[in-house]
Amino acid sequence: MNNTNPAGRTDVRADLRKLATPLVRLASEPYYHATGDELAVFEAAARSCLPVMLKGPTGCGKTRFVEHMAWRLKRPLVTVACHDDLTTADLVGRYLIVGDETVWMDGPLVAAVRAGAICYLDEIVEARKDTTVVIHPLTDSRRALPVEKRGEYIEAPPDFMLVISYNPGYQSVLKEMKPSTRQRFVALDFDYPEAEVEARIVAHEGGVDADTAKKLVKLGSLTRKLKGAGLDEGAGTRLLVHAAQLIAAGMAPPIACTAAIARPLADEADTRDALDDLIRAVF
Amino acid sequence: MDERKLFAHELEARLDELLLLSLRQRSAEEPAALLEALPRQMQERVLHWAGVAAQTSDDLGWLIVSLAATRAASLGENFDDWVRAGLDAYDRSGLAATRKALNEFAETHRNREQRSQGGVSFAAIEGRLSRFLHALDGRPLKLVSGKTAWTDTETLWLPERLDVAPDATANRLLYKAMAALLWAQTRFGTFNLDPEAELELWSDRGRGLAWFALFEAMRLEACIALELPGLALDIARLRGPWPADLAAAAAKLARPEATVADSLACMAERRRVGAGDTPNFPHVGALDPVAARRVRAARITREMAIVRRALNVLRGTGPNGAAADKSDYPPLAAESETQVVDPQFDLLSLPPPAREAAKSLMQDFGEIPPEALHPAGPGAWQPVDAVDTPITASCTTPPDAFYDEWDYRRAAWRHDWCHLYEMEAPAGDHGWVDEVRRRHAHLIRSIRRRFEALRGEDKPQRRQFDGEEIDLDAQVEARADRKSGAEPSSRLFIHRRRVERSLAVMFMVDMSGSTKGWVNDAERESLVLLCEAIESLGDSYAIYGFSGWTRTHCDIYRIKRFGDRYDAATRQRIAGIEARDYTRMGVAVRHLSGLLVRQNTRHKLLVTLSDGRPDDYGDEYRGRYGIEDTRRALLEAREKGVRSYCVTIDRHGADYLPQLYGPAHYSVIDDAKKLPQKIAEIYRKLTG
Ligand SMILES: Nc1ncnc2c1ncn2[C@@H]1O[C@H](COP(=O)(O)OP(=O)(O)O)[C@@H](O)[C@H]1O
Ligand SMILES: [Mg+2]
Repeated sequence: MNNTNPAGRTDVRADLRKLATPLVRLASEPYYHATGDELAVFEAAARSCLPVMLKGPTGCGKTRFVEHMAWRLKRPLVTVACHDDLTTADLVGRYLIVGDETVWMDGPLVAAVRAGAICYLDEIVEARKDTTVVIHPLTDSRRALPVEKRGEYIEAPPDFMLVISYNPGYQSVLKEMKPSTRQRFVALDFDYPEAEVEARIVAHEGGVDADTAKKLVKLGSLTRKLKGAGLDEGAGTRLLVHAAQLIAAGMAPPIACTAAIARPLADEADTRDALDDLIRAVF
Repeated sequence: MDERKLFAHELEARLDELLLLSLRQRSAEEPAALLEALPRQMQERVLHWAGVAAQTSDDLGWLIVSLAATRAASLGENFDDWVRAGLDAYDRSGLAATRKALNEFAETHRNREQRSQGGVSFAAIEGRLSRFLHALDGRPLKLVSGKTAWTDTETLWLPERLDVAPDATANRLLYKAMAALLWAQTRFGTFNLDPEAELELWSDRGRGLAWFALFEAMRLEACIALELPGLALDIARLRGPWPADLAAAAAKLARPEATVADSLACMAERRRVGAGDTPNFPHVGALDPVAARRVRAARITREMAIVRRALNVLRGTGPNGAAADKSDYPPLAAESETQVVDPQFDLLSLPPPAREAAKSLMQDFGEIPPEALHPAGPGAWQPVDAVDTPITASCTTPPDAFYDEWDYRRAAWRHDWCHLYEMEAPAGDHGWVDEVRRRHAHLIRSIRRRFEALRGEDKPQRRQFDGEEIDLDAQVEARADRKSGAEPSSRLFIHRRRVERSLAVMFMVDMSGSTKGWVNDAERESLVLLCEAIESLGDSYAIYGFSGWTRTHCDIYRIKRFGDRYDAATRQRIAGIEARDYTRMGVAVRHLSGLLVRQNTRHKLLVTLSDGRPDDYGDEYRGRYGIEDTRRALLEAREKGVRSYCVTIDRHGADYLPQLYGPAHYSVIDDAKKLPQKIAEIYRKLTG
């Protein structure tokens, strides 16, 4: 890297900008079909500056809901998909070396705090335990984030909001969320929507007709009964939407369902066969 | 594995070594020559089993090898079962019986093969069908094999084998069609009317029933078509067109508003014109309305009671309302309070078991019968102290502990109700564990490999003060910090350290009488695999067995305490686990979670291995009472920081488990033989 070359420097700056946390401002309304009083609860929590926890199985609309609320509240959204290598620095930020200079780069959490954004930590239990503790001061009355490296103490503006998601269906005892973390949040329970609502969602999202959507939802509800009897979890709305999209792209429904629903769900032969039977039965 | 076939001389040498033939002046030349023709995989299986058999006796090994030489090729897939049948016979009655058993097995197998290449057995399709049925709406059904296809509304019988259709695909489809129609009988009200008045008018009752079944099949196919059109299409294709003279009836019964009454009307019409035999449709099962209605009536009584009790509680007149009362026998609802609840009441406001019962009643009546909406009156529960007189002799010593038991009917504790005895488990055969380790050597290796990932050894710990490697990210960050004047971190290394899992696991093993045979073997083998695997992980674990006979004889057998090593003595105790008496589960959970709580680890896990629902001598603990008490015990454990997970071997779906263990914390294994393979996977998932 040649730091005497001003052109080169600009390139580096541009690269850095690419690394910066994207603050998503949703221009158009993300489609979300409310299934209960979640809109009102979330809005109230936002007004009262309380953090929110979304609980529910995978693919039931948690992420979509947050996007929708960000649009509704006209706040930017920062999403972090948590994983077990996520470090505190990944969330808070770090110094980078640019040529001979050091540049501080805000992590997504700090970026969200500064911008008064909604910060959505998806699948929080996947993150390392020592990482999760950095959110604690943001979730109580302090509502602040100390950035030790910079000796900074950032107080969150009223528009900042922390949202986490959590799938209680996880079976690992080591991945349970600690009560000390749980009890800081207002919790909203998510579940698969009622059949009629879910069919409307699938039709809208997948671009299929009402009848096909209804059949997909029927199939979804049948697979959910297999939870614990061959499946760890039934098909979420997301899988149904995927199947619908394949169908909309011209694929025959049974093939689409096998590819988008049955195969992702099961490896074991009997269960796979039973899922194939169910697909055949519904279409 | 090297896929090259073994040549005769190689086979001979290996057999010689396995069976020590040279010492006995036998020669493996002849069997080796025959075995040479087999594919490598089959050759290895023969050698494997020869080795296993030779552990028991060289003669047995020799017998297996010499018969396998001629039989193995035709046995194919069934080779392992064939050997097992032989080993069983040897254990029971010696060498001569073994030869007989092996030959018989092979003959039966050959006959069956000859009879049909395209036939399908119940065993082959059971797993798939039971899951299929499980997913369909309505009350859960047990699936078992029997002589004919029929259902009593709770159990569904299907033939042992189907050979009717020309090929396997068609026979499988036939199974599915049969099962679907029987499911539809329970779902769409075949038994909601009493057909006796019509049947009495038939001189040949059997013929009348056959017509009834046929007309119902027409109606139910149309019901299925509304919900599962693809399935109905499959059935229609399978059966072909209805005979011309029945087409009108079929059309009439296919109307959406048709009910079982219309089928009876069609029967009456047939009878008047003089009915002959029904045309043959193999997918139409038999009907036994008397048996089915008996089961239905018993269920209705049971479920009405459940719904009414739940309503009691909802309305605050039941035991919950009186829960503040400390007495053992809280007062029950007063008679005057039995008013009718709003018939439009919301199903969802009922607790889950009552909701299930209400849904099931809807299935039986098409609606919730108004009687069910009267809350139960007084006397709904008589406190029954069924059998609490000691039955076994051993009980002159005082118990090691007393435990309370939860009586859901009173919504109260029974204090010091269970007498618990803890004792060392007797030692079993010392060679058994070694045999299992040998037999599963491959599986153990592969489980260990997969467990290694759990140990986190492969996972580098980043940002450590010290370590084998430099953490580049951390170095870069530190350099940046230094430059900017911030305090750089000194955690700059990667250390491949064993991650502290801090986990204690208690395995609670069902030693009830019902586990006798395969289940018990599977439990023991699973424990061996688990021990082998967990030893490599370093988790702290214990194994205890439980069984008993009434509340005054609740036995807990120590197999491995937390401090014990997995040594010869422990192995012998695992080998010695045997099927004993009953399954009073709640007290075992209380005792063992108590032991677990004392462990100094961050995470505590209780894994139960059992073969079904809680049960004890006498009727009291069986059914709801046992389930509620066990559930309660698991909740108490949860409150103390113990997570529980139940592995149940129950080929019949185990519908009570969601209620017992909550939605996420169990798995059902429908075939005991699969337990050893699955258990390690479950453990890995639970603790990974
Ligand atoms: N209530 C809903 N309204 C609109 N779309 C939904 C809803 N629920 C689920 N979806 C659809 O399902 C997909 C998966 O949902 P997502 O929010 O990603 O699930 P989660 O975050 O809970 O795993 C979404 O992309 C959307 O298409
Ligand atoms: Mg998501």
